[in-house]
Formats: sequence, structure tokens, C-alpha cells
Amino acid sequence: MPSLKDLRNRISSVKATQKITKAMQMVAAAKLRRAQSAAEAARPYAERMESVLANLASGVTAGGPALLAGNGKDETHLLVVATAERGLCGAFNSSIVRLAREHIARLQDQGKTVKILCVGKKGFEQLRRQYERNIIEVIELRGVKQMGFDTADEIGKKIIRMFEEGDFDVATLFFSRFKSVIAQIPTAQQLIPAQIPSNENAPPVEGPQASYEYEPGQDEILSTLLPRNISVQVFRALLENAASEQGARMSAMDNATRNAGDMIKKQTTIYNRSRQAMITKELIEIISGAEAL
Amino acid sequence: MAAFHFELVSPEKHLFSGEVESVVAPGADGQFTVLKDHAPVMTTLKAGVVTVSGGEGKVEKLFVRGGFADVNASGFTILAEQAIPLSEIDVAKVDADIRNAREDISDAKSDEARLAASDKLAQLQELRAAIGG
Repeated sequence: MPSLKDLRNRISSVKATQKITKAMQMVAAAKLRRAQSAAEAARPYAERMESVLANLASGVTAGGPALLAGNGKDETHLLVVATAERGLCGAFNSSIVRLAREHIARLQDQGKTVKILCVGKKGFEQLRRQYERNIIEVIELRGVKQMGFDTADEIGKKIIRMFEEGDFDVATLFFSRFKSVIAQIPTAQQLIPAQIPSNENAPPVEGPQASYEYEPGQDEILSTLLPRNISVQVFRALLENAASEQGARMSAMDNATRNAGDMIKKQTTIYNRSRQAMITKELIEIISGAEAL
Repeated sequence: MAAFHFELVSPEKHLFSGEVESVVAPGADGQFTVLKDHAPVMTTLKAGVVTVSGGEGKVEKLFVRGGFADVNASGFTILAEQAIPLSEIDVAKVDADIRNAREDISDAKSDEARLAASDKLAQLQELRAAIGG
């Protein structure tokens, strides 16, 4: 039976924890709003980019640049695992890592070489235990306050440079898609060779389709558009991740605050009960002592 | 004059969307103007000013650096790497930034830092040239 002092200490420490989780939840909520609007602001660009790319790619007959068609091999896979820099955000990091892990296991079963590029510290920490030798680089986003396109562009260029040097054949990006505050979907997206969205849901254009004119040339445009597309995809992934992280943290901290509240209530009941028991016991002692006289 | 749909988006922002009468854009092979029912064209852009005329004498000017222009039956879309409305650009600040970038180049300790600084300077000079004055 813990003493009254122990109980008092326990309650006050839970109360302090609750204050922290409550504050973290509110900070996450504020950050979420910003991250969400950033993710939404980036969406039209990525969508337009996709439709332009789909348009272009449909005109490309057999082959095309390596970024679009791949380099014909399927031996070495690069997994770009984008996670957060901080923990305490529920299952956010682990669910991305779990998806990546399943992917790695499948690829290794097929006898392929796996290389991992970690973006964000948490993913690296979790993958390090099992796949230390496969991790080729870690990009930390610690210093990045507001996710700008430059950051994504740098990562995109790094991936392209590695591809051109023949370091890998297929690149896949892992991130968490932000669906709502309570739902974040870990997603794997193939970057290289580029996945071209089907153009079926585009509104049909009436009348005969005029053929496009390309300036300078179709190939030149495609060869600038494809690397750009990779940076855009990375950028979008990072923004979705940022929003997902804050969303996950918000709901995790909300849960923690509620749990702390429950715990305080339970501990307070125990505290009161044992305090009363003690008073009763003392009274009985006094009364029975008086009776004995 | 007939209107058509024009959109200007950059990775960070949706800058313009609406019906306009004409758009002048800095294509890789020279400036071009798009009016309604323009033939489908796709082109890369170089740094320069996009002039959007919305009818009734409303004119909006935006600086864009690099990107793609896509003209098709549904309208005209510019995917810019970077886009800033000219009205938000402060000439004095750009000049100050150029001076800073020059200093950065001479102060740079590593090749990488120097490269980054000279990239920045080139970008700023493009911007300066575009806004003129």
C-alpha cells in the first residue's frame, strides 16, 4: 500500500505530464493548420504537372528518356523513406517504416539489392537496427523550419544524380499521405521510372484534337520536365508528411491528455479513500482507547 | 475580346486563376502572346515577366523564373519554378540582396558555398533585369 505522500507525488507528476501533453497538442494543432494549408497550396501544381506529363508521355513512342522508361534493369532498388524528425506522434513514424520494411523484405526475397535513403531522423533510427548496411545516406531536416521547395529540389537532384551514376535502377518514395487529422495513410510511390497517371479521368475534349506544338522540342521539354517532376513529388511527399506528422501528434497528444486525466481521477479516488481509511482508523483507536479506561 | 481560362501555379502557391483576355509569356524561344483559341503549344519558359490582361484595362504583371507553359483547348497553364507578383517586389531590397550575394561570393569558404551564392546572384540579377528601372 503506497503511502499518502507517494500518492500525492504520483498525482502531481501525472498532472505535470498532462500539462505538457496538452501544450504539445495545442502546438501541433496550430502547426497542423499551417502545414495543411501548405500541402493544399502545393496540390494544384503537382496535379497540373501530372496532367502535363501524362499529356507528353502519351505522345512518346517506345523508349524515351531513362527517367521515364527506366534503364531496362530491375536489380537495385532505392527506397527513399521520408519520416519525421521527432517522435511523440503516435504511430506516424512506425507505420511508414513498417511499410518500407515489408517492401524491403519482399525485394530481398526476390534477390534484389536494396539501398535506403533516409529523410528524417526517426526513420533512420528505426531502420538502423535491421538494415544498417543498406542505408547509404541520411538527410536530416532538423534545420528546416518551413518546408520550402529548395529542400525538396536538393533531395530530388541527389536522387537523379545517383540514378545517372547507375547507383540504382528503381526508386520508390515512402511517405504518409494526409487524409484527415485522424487518418494518415502510409504510401509507397515509385519515382523512377516515372509512373504516369492514366489520362482517363481527364475531361474529354470535343472535336478533333489538335496536335501539340513543342518549343523547343518534345524531347527537350520532357528531359527538363522529368527531373522537375521528381522534385515536385518529393516536395509533395514532404509537405504531406509534415501535415500528417502534426495530425498524428495532435491526436496522440489528445489521447495522452485524456489518459492522464483518467489516471488523475483514479489516483485521486485512491488517495481520498486511503486518507479516509486512515482517519477512521485513528478515530477507532482513540475511541477504543477511551472505552478501555 | 473573348476570354479564356488562365492559371499560374508555383510549387508553393496558386498565384492566378481566372478568365483573361491575353497573356504574354517569356518562352524559351522568345516572348509569345496567347489569345483565345490558341493552337496547343507546350514550351519551357525562361526568366521574365508574364503579363496578364484581364480585360477592361486590368493588367497584372508577375515575375517567373523557369517553368513550363501549356496551352490546350481547356486553357493556358503556367507551371513556374518561382513566381512573384511584380507589385510585391521591392526594388531597393533586390538591390540590397544583390550586394549581399556579391559579398557572399567573395566571403565563401568552400566551393559549394561559392556556387550556391553565385547561383543566387544570377537569379537576383535575372529578377533585377526583368523589373528594370
